[in-house]
Amino acid sequence: MEHALQLEIVTPDKSVLSETVDFVSVPGSEGAFGVLPGHTPFLSALALGCLHYTTLSGETKYVAVNGGFAEVSHDVVRILADSAEKAEEIDMNRAEEAKKRAEDRLRDADRSEEINITRADAALKRALNRLSLKRFIR
Amino acid sequence: MPSLKDVKGKIAGVGKTKQITKAMNMVASAKLRGAQARMERFRAYADSFRDMLRDVAEKEAELTHPLLTGRDEIRRVGVVLVTSDRGLCGSFNSNLIAEALKLAEECRSRGQEIVFYSVGRKGRDALLKRGYSLAGENSGLGGVYPFQVADRLGLQLIADYLSGAVDTVILIYGQFVSLMHQAPRRMQLIPLQSEEQSESRAEPEGSASARIDLLYEPSGEALMQALLPRVLKSFVFKGLLNTATSEQAARMTAMDNATRNCDDLIQTLTQLYNKTRQAAITSELIDIVGGADALQ
Repeated sequence: MEHALQLEIVTPDKSVLSETVDFVSVPGSEGAFGVLPGHTPFLSALALGCLHYTTLSGETKYVAVNGGFAEVSHDVVRILADSAEKAEEIDMNRAEEAKKRAEDRLRDADRSEEINITRADAALKRALNRLSLKRFIR
Repeated sequence: MPSLKDVKGKIAGVGKTKQITKAMNMVASAKLRGAQARMERFRAYADSFRDMLRDVAEKEAELTHPLLTGRDEIRRVGVVLVTSDRGLCGSFNSNLIAEALKLAEECRSRGQEIVFYSVGRKGRDALLKRGYSLAGENSGLGGVYPFQVADRLGLQLIADYLSGAVDTVILIYGQFVSLMHQAPRRMQLIPLQSEEQSESRAEPEGSASARIDLLYEPSGEALMQALLPRVLKSFVFKGLLNTATSEQAARMTAMDNATRNCDDLIQTLTQLYNKTRQAAITSELIDIVGGADALQ
């Protein structure tokens, strides 16, 4: 297959995915962008969101990503995410729990503890991102 | 002369110690494999990151950022000391602590204040005992560091730097050189230095020109804004992973030595036991022979 993309998703803890694909849609910080084979070299910051790609057999798959960078060069799409989870690996219950925990923390948080609020807010957004992705593919 | 029973008890005691050190050696070697695997997995991420930063820096050479430029006058030096939570790993922790104290001494002779941050219980205890106060600490993780630790520490360091609480930050960690060798190292975190700066310059010209037409969004400045803190965090994380791996390697070696010492000790004690037994038999024989002679 001469014209295909190599998609690689790595996080600090592990390499999440390395696959040959036809098309990738990436949630960039300035909006989502699609990548097809032959794309010009491109670098973008990532937003919290959902990445999806089409495999060579035409299947569409989803990955929840959270912050980081995407680099496109020579038909290689490299995603350096702070965290990334394949849709099939997302645990609904855990995500629900995380959401509840973050909500509780936001409610109880002292207004002066700005760092804690930011952190809880980020955790809540991550949980919601996972949940919405899971609901979407169902 | 110790009694036979004493020696026998001692041999049994050393035997038990040997069992423990042997078990600890095996546990450490299992953990070492895990730590090495984590380091390996992180390398893929760190390498890609470095390339990316280089690409942007190449195109935006005139771009400046407080994390890159540093300050002219350095009055307060932030030092992050990474040690393990547990002991029994030879001189590993004391080497790291000695390195930190040496650095503190150097700073003091230059009239600079020092601000310590610690990761790991051993370093924290040593610093507190010497009367240093800690600006931040992380311990009780048992030597397995999730990325969040680096993330949080990185954020704190950047915030302290921007607020002027520290003017530069240096990380002290245990570099994993090989199974037999772990060395305390210093790494300057702020201002950021590309550790492979010289290496990247040696790259062939062709690849650089191919990158010139690189597009990116958001703008170069905003991208740097997002990229640099992550680079810092990835350096911190690298230090943490290296220290965790070194700790296990150091413990493996230390426990291996301890097991061998136990073997030596058991051998000496067994000889002593045999000697004592012989002596007891001899003295009993003398008694019997002496008694028989007296009867005749």
